[in-house]
Amino acid sequence: MSIEFRGVRKAFPDGTVAVEDFSLVIPSRTTTVLLGSSGCGKTTLLRMVNRMVDPSAGTVLIDDEDVAAVDPVALRRRIGYVMQNSGLLPHRRVADNIATVPRLNGVAKDAARERALQLMDTVGLDRSLADRYPAQLSGGQQQRVGVARALAAEPNILLMDEPFGAVDPIVRAELQQELIRLRRELEKTVVFVTHDVDEAFLLGDQVVLLQRGGRIAQAGTPAEILANPASDFVADFVGAGRGRRSLRVEEIDGVLVVVDADGRPAGVLADEARTAPGSATRGNRAQ
Amino acid sequence: MNWVAENAGLILALAVQHLRLSLLPIVLGFAIALPLGYLAHRYRPTRGVLLTALGLLYTIPSLALFVALPVVTGISVLSEANVVTALTIYAVAIQARSVADALDSVDPDVRQAATALGYSGWRRFWAVEFPLAGPVMLAGLRVVAVSTIALVTVGILVGVKSLGYLFTNGFQRRILEEVLSGVVMTMLLALLVDLVLALLGRAVMPWTRIGTPAPRRAAP
Repeated sequence: MSIEFRGVRKAFPDGTVAVEDFSLVIPSRTTTVLLGSSGCGKTTLLRMVNRMVDPSAGTVLIDDEDVAAVDPVALRRRIGYVMQNSGLLPHRRVADNIATVPRLNGVAKDAARERALQLMDTVGLDRSLADRYPAQLSGGQQQRVGVARALAAEPNILLMDEPFGAVDPIVRAELQQELIRLRRELEKTVVFVTHDVDEAFLLGDQVVLLQRGGRIAQAGTPAEILANPASDFVADFVGAGRGRRSLRVEEIDGVLVVVDADGRPAGVLADEARTAPGSATRGNRAQ
Repeated sequence: MNWVAENAGLILALAVQHLRLSLLPIVLGFAIALPLGYLAHRYRPTRGVLLTALGLLYTIPSLALFVALPVVTGISVLSEANVVTALTIYAVAIQARSVADALDSVDPDVRQAATALGYSGWRRFWAVEFPLAGPVMLAGLRVVAVSTIALVTVGILVGVKSLGYLFTNGFQRRILEEVLSGVVMTMLLALLVDLVLALLGRAVMPWTRIGTPAPRRAAP
């Protein structure tokens, strides 16, 4: 399902303008990352899709249907939503949390539980955790439950609001890989909000870098943004300007090591890259 | 102790009567406090006015309330209904604030998540906010229960029988055991109801019993 923002604006009653004038098309079955610092309006934009926030002006369309015309409760039940800190219901066991939306939609208890157990397999959770309470799980496990719960009603759209922001880097990397796998298998339209450039470039087919007020600094594939930053702000934000992403190759003890502008090692050059024509090694053969 | 043994039947009958008179205000008080507490929680401007006004009700001396109420309600001063009404007012005065505090204590992230999942407002309240506010509401309810059971005894001054009868009767007849048995039985009743409420809370809110890891034993 495609999502389109058409000239949306959001001013809150206290006068702050979270989003000034935002337009964007999110193609069906792709992952779009809204990237920006806190206060850039990315979460506000995300919440316009399932009407947790209604725009002050402009329209949001899902498959060319204005969401303002759809009952918000019905709309939310067919859009998956994953938030930071998982947002699990602390008084419901894991399986019941996952089965929430099917139960709301009137699916029988046994069928909903069976579906919840299947989803636990899908997101890589052991079924033995089904009767635990959220507080008895690790942060990473809680996020997996959050993802399973969002998938339970088989939504075509998945909204993710910094879902991996509160877990440690190792678990985060694991969850990111898991999401990439899920996306391949499930073919959903994903809108993902983050302030982490690496995460945005890893997950996004399309990355939309936002400035304060929801102004688009640049939108494009990660490669386009890295190759052609539209402004100093973009170059700065993605790290190109600081040299974090301008890498060169140095030979250390006979091994070709990729280092950044400050000389910090970023990785080792793979064997294929050495022999490939036009590879980075050519200009560096000083011996 | 002779007196107690000889009058066990009377004491028991009064205790049952006492319990009956207490339970109604506790239950009614909670039912009325729930929407009032919700209003105070939901609409910030009403909170101060509403909760202060209700709190003031609690400062009215009980005997004065027993006598003043019939003027408003038209119920006889000497009737059980009059005592139950007065005690319900006190229960509401305490419980409304506890309900408002309890609803305030629900994690806003969880509330947001419930909305995002597709709970309608009404359903979200009963399925998410109400149970999660449970522990704080229960704490308030236990205070109300003990306070109500103590206050029921005052009803004897307007002729409504409870364990309070043992106070006045024992005092008039100078039977110390009778007065003491009234005091002890009232306390036992309060403890019993408190215990039942606590156990009930554990049974219906099983998630509150987990999450606190067992204290680690110090290394030998």
